[in-house]
Amino acid sequence: MIRVEHATRSSRVGVAAIAVALVSLALAPYWGDRQTLRLLAELFTYVALASLWNLLAGYAGLVSVGQQAFVGLGGYLLFALAMLAGVHPIPAIFIAGPIGALVAVPVAALIFRLRGAYFAIGTWVVAEVFRLLASQVSALGGGSGISLPAAVVIAMAPSRQLREFETYWLALGLTVIVLAAIVALLRSRHGLALTAIRDNELAAESNGIDVTRLKYIVYVLTAFGTSVIGALIFLQKLRISPDTAFSVNDWTAFVIFITVIGGIGRIEGPIIGTIIFFVMRQTLADLGSLYLLMMGAVAIVVMLWAPKGLWGFVADRFGWQALPLQRRLVLAPKDDARAA
Amino acid sequence: MTLWLNVILQGVLIGGLYAMFAAGLSLIFGVMRLVNIAHGDLIVLAAYVALMVTQGVGLDPLTSLVLVVPVMAIVGYALQRGLLNRTLGDDLLPPLLVTFGLSIIIQNGLLELFTADSRKLQAGAIEVASLQLSKGIWIGALPLIQFAVAVAVIAALQALFYKTALGRAFRATSDDQSVAQLMGLDTRHVFAMAMALSLAVVAIAGVFLAVRANFDPSIGPARLIFGFEAVIIGGLGSMWGTLVGGVILGVSQAIGAQLDPGWQLLAGHIAFLVILAVRPQGLFPKVSG
Repeated sequence: MIRVEHATRSSRVGVAAIAVALVSLALAPYWGDRQTLRLLAELFTYVALASLWNLLAGYAGLVSVGQQAFVGLGGYLLFALAMLAGVHPIPAIFIAGPIGALVAVPVAALIFRLRGAYFAIGTWVVAEVFRLLASQVSALGGGSGISLPAAVVIAMAPSRQLREFETYWLALGLTVIVLAAIVALLRSRHGLALTAIRDNELAAESNGIDVTRLKYIVYVLTAFGTSVIGALIFLQKLRISPDTAFSVNDWTAFVIFITVIGGIGRIEGPIIGTIIFFVMRQTLADLGSLYLLMMGAVAIVVMLWAPKGLWGFVADRFGWQALPLQRRLVLAPKDDARAA
Repeated sequence: MTLWLNVILQGVLIGGLYAMFAAGLSLIFGVMRLVNIAHGDLIVLAAYVALMVTQGVGLDPLTSLVLVVPVMAIVGYALQRGLLNRTLGDDLLPPLLVTFGLSIIIQNGLLELFTADSRKLQAGAIEVASLQLSKGIWIGALPLIQFAVAVAVIAALQALFYKTALGRAFRATSDDQSVAQLMGLDTRHVFAMAMALSLAVVAIAGVFLAVRANFDPSIGPARLIFGFEAVIIGGLGSMWGTLVGGVILGVSQAIGAQLDPGWQLLAGHIAFLVILAVRPQGLFPKVSG
């Protein structure tokens, strides 16, 4: 009898540890102060953004430096829906997803004509176009931006504290959903195809995988997720402007740094990377531009000498996986985790 | 009518500058399939080098090129030998991410050294000199020189590619790296020479950029995008194509700006996207991506 097994001993430990971490994070409003909650919520959004970018670049090989297009689009959709259409902000976040995906369909059709690194710059042009278009919309503040009106904010929850709890749980919940969706995708047959593309695109193609179609699907799905997270980010910020919404530094450079440091092409990478990034930021941010300069240098060093990042190193050295993603064929009836 | 003639003429002339942004990008892509995300920041770096030369040595901006061009060429050679050669290979990610990291380093390094203040190179009387073509149509001397230099740079690159030993080495490595190596070419050196040449062009572009308008450490990425758009419009690997691409981009921006100041950049991007939609290989393609 042949079965496919995903879990290993390390992944069982990993899943248990993640479950414990999730419960304590869900209870954070009871043990953390306002500052901690804000920081954690921001951390969650970066985990989600980096995981989505990782899916796009690490698995599908679509290196985009223009995902800020969808972060900003999501943010502006939230503001447009809440201010112009009178939609409650929380459903507005979820509406931003399908609209983002819908916008991604023609965008992908256009920029998929570019290959490799030129694709990367093409995505950046699209983000620039979005930024310039956003600054033309005077109903949403034009070039100087706009704040979410107090009435909309107050309608979310009766007190400021409750509203902050609400956005915190929303950030945690959405990040968990994004991660769970990515894990589910990677465990499906499309995930096997994606992992094959990650490892060798040509070999994947010759084994009958429709690489272009799969890349297209991943691009649109990533746009869906990124738009939702973008809407969430600007619900946290309560203010939007074209330059912050479509910032290449905030939504792409940091996200790439996180993924590369943590380990590209692995689901655990962005989580580890985000933690490292936030530790660095909390300790070194006073250095201003020197800190960014160091970040660029660290990214170059990692890319050249440890291209699989921190988690890649750990996974290769110890064979660990924190989530059950591996596929192992189990031939005999299962007796022990070592059977394979 | 005269108004639009003027607008189009200004667009054509600025297109020369974009063509110079693009030529360096196109050159290294042609030789080693490398897309340098830090290209725009290197243009800005060249502008700051020119600023130091004009202030330190007291040369006027156009004469400062005698120093800025070799300095940038040496930077390019060292950058390629020391860093970028290590990133080349089948994997797309390393060169992309390393040049992205480099872009962040250059931007923030310049910010640290020169602050975020806008700078400009003063070229003196030549900045306001102009000549009249016909009734109501004037051409600035500086834009005209800039365009003429762009044409000369592209003609020189074209001649270098097809008439010299170095150009033959470039074309050979471009066609097949391993065969070029078997024929005794040191590809690491050939790549470094290509980057040196690319940054020599970047130096010229940087100086003209700095004379024409204000600059600060943050404007690099936009220059990369203009250069990239001109490359794609013109067609990958074609030197004269970059000139046509630059001119199309310049004219679109000029027309957009005339209609509404907010549309200047947008019009350029839209021209690019339209070309990508109807003719994705560009107008005069030479190599495939």
